Amino acid sequence: MSEVALNDTVLRTEGGASRAAVLKRLRVTDNLFRLLTRNAALFVLVILSGVIVALVIGALPALQKFGISFVFTEVWNPVTEQFGALAPIYGTLVTSIIAMAIAVPVGIMVAFFLTELCPKWLRRPIAIAIELLAGIPSIIYGIWGLFVFAPFLQKYVQPFLIDTFENVPGLSSLFEGPPYGIGMLTAGLILAIMVLPFITAISRDVFDAVPPVLKEAAFGLGCTRWEVFRHVVLPYTRVGVIGGVMLGLGRALGETMAVTFVIGNAHKISASILQPGTTISASIANEFTEAVSDMYTSSLTALGLILFVITFFVLAAARYMLSRIQKRGG
Amino acid sequence: MANFASNPLYARRRRADAVSKGLAYAATAFGLGWLVLILGILLVNGIGGLTLEVFTHDTPPPGSDGGLLNAIVGSLLMTVLAVLIGTPIGVLAGTYMAEYGRHDRLSSIVRFINDILLSAPSIVIGLFVYQIMVAPMGHFSGYAGAVSLAVLVIPVVVRTTEDMLNLVPDTMREAAASIGLPRAHMILRIAYRAARAGIVTGVLLAVARVSGETAPLLFTALNNQFFSVNMNAPMPSLPVVIFQFALSPYEEWQRLAWTGALIITVTVLALSIVARSLTARK
Repeated sequence: MSEVALNDTVLRTEGGASRAAVLKRLRVTDNLFRLLTRNAALFVLVILSGVIVALVIGALPALQKFGISFVFTEVWNPVTEQFGALAPIYGTLVTSIIAMAIAVPVGIMVAFFLTELCPKWLRRPIAIAIELLAGIPSIIYGIWGLFVFAPFLQKYVQPFLIDTFENVPGLSSLFEGPPYGIGMLTAGLILAIMVLPFITAISRDVFDAVPPVLKEAAFGLGCTRWEVFRHVVLPYTRVGVIGGVMLGLGRALGETMAVTFVIGNAHKISASILQPGTTISASIANEFTEAVSDMYTSSLTALGLILFVITFFVLAAARYMLSRIQKRGG
Repeated sequence: MANFASNPLYARRRRADAVSKGLAYAATAFGLGWLVLILGILLVNGIGGLTLEVFTHDTPPPGSDGGLLNAIVGSLLMTVLAVLIGTPIGVLAGTYMAEYGRHDRLSSIVRFINDILLSAPSIVIGLFVYQIMVAPMGHFSGYAGAVSLAVLVIPVVVRTTEDMLNLVPDTMREAAASIGLPRAHMILRIAYRAARAGIVTGVLLAVARVSGETAPLLFTALNNQFFSVNMNAPMPSLPVVIFQFALSPYEEWQRLAWTGALIITVTVLALSIVARSLTARK
């Protein structure tokens, strides 16, 4: 490859131009290219600052009118132009908590299977299949959730939950009310399926990076495979696993379309997770094009700003933890 | 041996091991089960409507038959424009990080921010583009849709370009330097050639990511019932049409939504498999 480059340069020199002129041209293009790449790198920073600035400007009217109480008010009334973000924030957190409660243990166990139990020839196909799960667009989860998963939950799972917990103090209000099918539980379950691949992929990568000597030493002491995993692999990779979990959480918090289909878009806070609710992203997706007044649009933009700030910190923490474990590994 | 087996502690440890192994098998079956279930149901519901008409007719009014031609064309146009905008910026930024500033402060900041943009909620990108393009222009447009998709393309391309250039052996760079080749020419003629498959992979992954995106298009490109190649006007796209049709009460629309969902999924999965095999070969 270097021959091609060399020939090219030599040919041009023979073309008549003086050596000094050629060198000068090379230097100019060299500097230009360097500048170009540097500006492109800076542009990535410009995008992020642009997103923040644009959201702040868009959200300003709503934030000025409602102040900090915007975050603590449940009312969402487009007619009287009273807006509060509490219900969407609540819905976002509850659906994400449900998702993480399921996806974290399952994801870690799948990674345990892939790194410790799975025969070598099966590892790659299963890993690819799990990653395909991550590649399916979120709108597909949405349409599947609405037409297949929600009716299934409504018919079989939710009546069972309501009956089972009817007389259990504390839990009865959590599983109360008619089985709608759609609602916060359904959204949380779909989110769990969606973030599972992220948690699995990162957990597997960090488990693979554990020095074999550590595991062999534990096996040498007579530990079972589970004990090695539980007492050697997990403590050693804790930071990385938490980083992967935070990355999954960042996805769950911001996921839009799949949730929009099945959440029910109700701006209220219900104790029962079987009831419809809303999340930040679902409110924006459902209402933004219908928002006629400036205050309505601005309030939705303020919701977007809150979402962006939350996910920014979650993702930043995730990246920080993952970079720490990378440094130790490398 | 018999002594060990009768030891209650030993038996309990064996049991814990067996139970957790069983759970790991179950967890894997659970994860793979969803993939089979989702793809299976998608195939069952979508394949029936997959006729030639889908690709030759526009989206119908409620209650009549039609296709998805305008949505497919709209998606293609916006995706192509997004890739045309996003790829050069992404490749150049990745080049800076891998070739010029491998260890400098700017690169580590850009890497950090880029990773955050990579998983930032796409609906927020839609709000951003609404603020900077739709509101000032006064109308929704295919251009705005393409720009919001380009913002999603850039981080993917930056990341893969940097990773792939880092894989190019330094001996090649040194060989180029030793014959007096300036750095820019070394990058353009040697490093890019060596990393070509990887960079193409990044672009394909970006296309796969973008072609299923709905949220950023909802209030940038909006939608359009009719065939249109005018990018300065509202433009239909496959994901937005699926969203609209799936939530409608009309049976014909719902059927088209399933068919569209099947088309998108097959496209996205095919793209990511091709992208993977490009780099796996090396």
